[in-house]
Amino acid sequence: MSDPLIVILFATAVTAGTPLLYAALGEIFTERSGVLNLGVEGMMLVGAVVGYIATLQSQNHWIGVFAAMAAGGLMALIHAVLSITLRANQVVSGLALTIFGTGLSSYMGKSFVGQPVPDQFKPIDIPVLSQLPYIGKIFFSHDALVYLSFVIVAAAWVFIFYTRWGLNLRAVGENPAAADSMGIPVYLTRYSSVIIGGVLAGVGGAYLSLAYAPSWIEHMTAGRGWIAVALVIFAVWHPGKALVGSYIFGGVDSLGFRIQALGEKASFLKDISPFFLQMFPYILTMIVLILITAETKKRRVGTPASLGIPYDREER
Amino acid sequence: METMLVKMVSITKKFPGVIANRNVDFELKAGQIHALLGENGAGKSTLMSVLTGLYMPDDGEIHIKGRKVSFTSPRDAISAGIGMVHQHFRLVNSFSVAENIVMGSSSEGFLIDMHEAEKKLAAFSEDYGLNVIPKAKVWQLSVGEQQRVEIVKMLYRGAEILVLDEPTAVLTPQESRELFATLRRMTDRGKGVIVITHKLQEVMENADRITVLRDGQSVATFNVRDTNPKELAQAMVGRDITGSYELPEITKCETILQLKNLSAYGDRGQIALKEINLAVRRGEIVGLAGVAGNGQKELAEVIAGLREVAGGKLHFLGKDYTGKSVRQIVDAGVSLIPEDRLGTGLVGSLDAVSNSILKNYRLKDAGRGWFINWRSVRKCTDKLVKDYDVKLTRLEAPVKLLSGGNLQKLLLAREMSNNPEIIVAVYPARGLDIGAIETVRNTLLKQREQGKAIVLISEELEELFALSDRIAVIHEGEIMGTVDRDCLDLNEIGMMMAGERKELANGRVASS
Repeated sequence: MSDPLIVILFATAVTAGTPLLYAALGEIFTERSGVLNLGVEGMMLVGAVVGYIATLQSQNHWIGVFAAMAAGGLMALIHAVLSITLRANQVVSGLALTIFGTGLSSYMGKSFVGQPVPDQFKPIDIPVLSQLPYIGKIFFSHDALVYLSFVIVAAAWVFIFYTRWGLNLRAVGENPAAADSMGIPVYLTRYSSVIIGGVLAGVGGAYLSLAYAPSWIEHMTAGRGWIAVALVIFAVWHPGKALVGSYIFGGVDSLGFRIQALGEKASFLKDISPFFLQMFPYILTMIVLILITAETKKRRVGTPASLGIPYDREER
Repeated sequence: METMLVKMVSITKKFPGVIANRNVDFELKAGQIHALLGENGAGKSTLMSVLTGLYMPDDGEIHIKGRKVSFTSPRDAISAGIGMVHQHFRLVNSFSVAENIVMGSSSEGFLIDMHEAEKKLAAFSEDYGLNVIPKAKVWQLSVGEQQRVEIVKMLYRGAEILVLDEPTAVLTPQESRELFATLRRMTDRGKGVIVITHKLQEVMENADRITVLRDGQSVATFNVRDTNPKELAQAMVGRDITGSYELPEITKCETILQLKNLSAYGDRGQIALKEINLAVRRGEIVGLAGVAGNGQKELAEVIAGLREVAGGKLHFLGKDYTGKSVRQIVDAGVSLIPEDRLGTGLVGSLDAVSNSILKNYRLKDAGRGWFINWRSVRKCTDKLVKDYDVKLTRLEAPVKLLSGGNLQKLLLAREMSNNPEIIVAVYPARGLDIGAIETVRNTLLKQREQGKAIVLISEELEELFALSDRIAVIHEGEIMGTVDRDCLDLNEIGMMMAGERKELANGRVASS
């Protein structure tokens, strides 16, 4: 390989970070509307297995992605009905969704384990941009879903901070009573945000089974859904910061896998236990959570003020 | 003929277990300030929530400018020209003023031009003489300013009819006057204003017409010219109410409670009390006046030992109790009537018997060793309940089923049964019916006669003026000054509530 080590590392950070990015963007929408969905892991798993099966059947990876979006959206709908309409405890409902998704995906994928994906996503070099030194290799020599994620980050950014609907969305998450009294449809806003969250988590799952590790393995998300939830906090509910955060977590994640190959070139890495390196992204998650939580507590910024609180107009 | 803006006919609204409104009729004319008067729980807020689309009525009709309407959401009410300013403001604290006003608007365009919106808003508010800063974040504003934002928000939406729920509860007397001047400017332009309140004086001074609600029913509607406070009070309560209280002369020498340069932090880590100096003598009621949220709650908690002292000293009967445990402070004879009866005061899911020994379980009467003598405790509770006229179905029912008045009586009974030396009462009459209020006040007066030291925290100046030997005014955690009963002056107290030191406020009042 002719590319310098650091470029390869960064490029893999982007691919490893993409499923996290999709899931985190989805959760940003969900939480901005004031709903906490801890079912990301479950939605990703179902998205992964549905996307994989649909691709097997149709021989077309785009059909797989659409199927994964639908599956993620349906999963999120369960959470929406429970937590918005029935006003169930959002933590319990989300945890249940993860457990349900884990079981459902294992069951659905059982007979397919080990089969290769007939039509996986392949890297496409973007003309001109991919020729840029360093940057080209890191950002513009990936598959279509990575490029789509760039578009979604930009779109989410504009949507949340510069549009009417984004303002309404934030108002609902901050103070639903205020939003309601201004005529913003609180329930509709929450439902659509939660479903968008599920759709994006579904894509994140499909990225794993159709592009990152093209196959189906039980529990293949390996906690990425949880890392995505933590990432949202790290990103203080901002799509741009979620992109940066995803690549940092993705880089740490892929380090563990790449380390043996890299060991030849950098001997000091050999001495680190591979178990420690696999553990590292999760340790990082915890450290980040502790630091950020302490910080936001102090500054009282970021968290949508009504996050996790069901809204009931006629409550007295 | 005058235009009828609102006509509500025979409105009924039920909640599980209560009928909040029963066949209520209400009419608002254009160009008028109409007061909706009634005690707490009379159904004023419910009626207005029906008008503003927040609640759907179970029965009855609403006509706006002669057209029959049926609101299913606040959006419908807004488009019919009705805007409500709630007691708890419906503002997003992290948003700017302009964002709060733009949100939810159905005007064209996908992207928002905040700059343009801010400019339009500035021009609009100036037109009404309402000074708001479009760029300011809501959390940076004072309560009065936030209220102005709420009003501008509704006018900006094209409200013809403005409903305000207890608008002056959080304002100083001066701010209240300013508010009514603003409202008058609006009615001069043909709009209609409804003000929900229970303050008689305010109604007499500012309203054109008055509708009185009692127990969910409309009692009568008066023109302000043809009525007087006495008649209104009777309509509100359904019977005569007693006037002021006599404070018998008592020799007060010994200082029982003393705060020396006392400071404390609030829940958010901000400084809530700044070097407070306050002394309360035997047989004295010291009233603490101030706009809600200026350190009253923290002061009460510090005295009761529930909040840490950050600086200064806390003395009971000449002994230093700074940093002592709650139990030591209770044993020293400090009693707290807290703001939230069902949070800090009583345990809602426990019965009256258990609640009555929450503080006294260590005493001999309550049992021996590790065991509680329920029979004797029950007998004591029974006596307390009878003495204080607490109305409950049976002693074993969870106390959360009791009404606010009965809860407060039970709490008073428990606290007074300990024979305390120092009593701190925080908003003790808030939300109670007249009967319970009288019990509370008479209890405090009786304790005063028995030589207790009492700190009375209240937002009702009327109550403070009636009961206090002295009134101390708190503003942003500082005592602005103390005024003796004989020289009380509403203007002076009002200025001190707004943050003027006593010496300054005094001078202003004298020169004006």
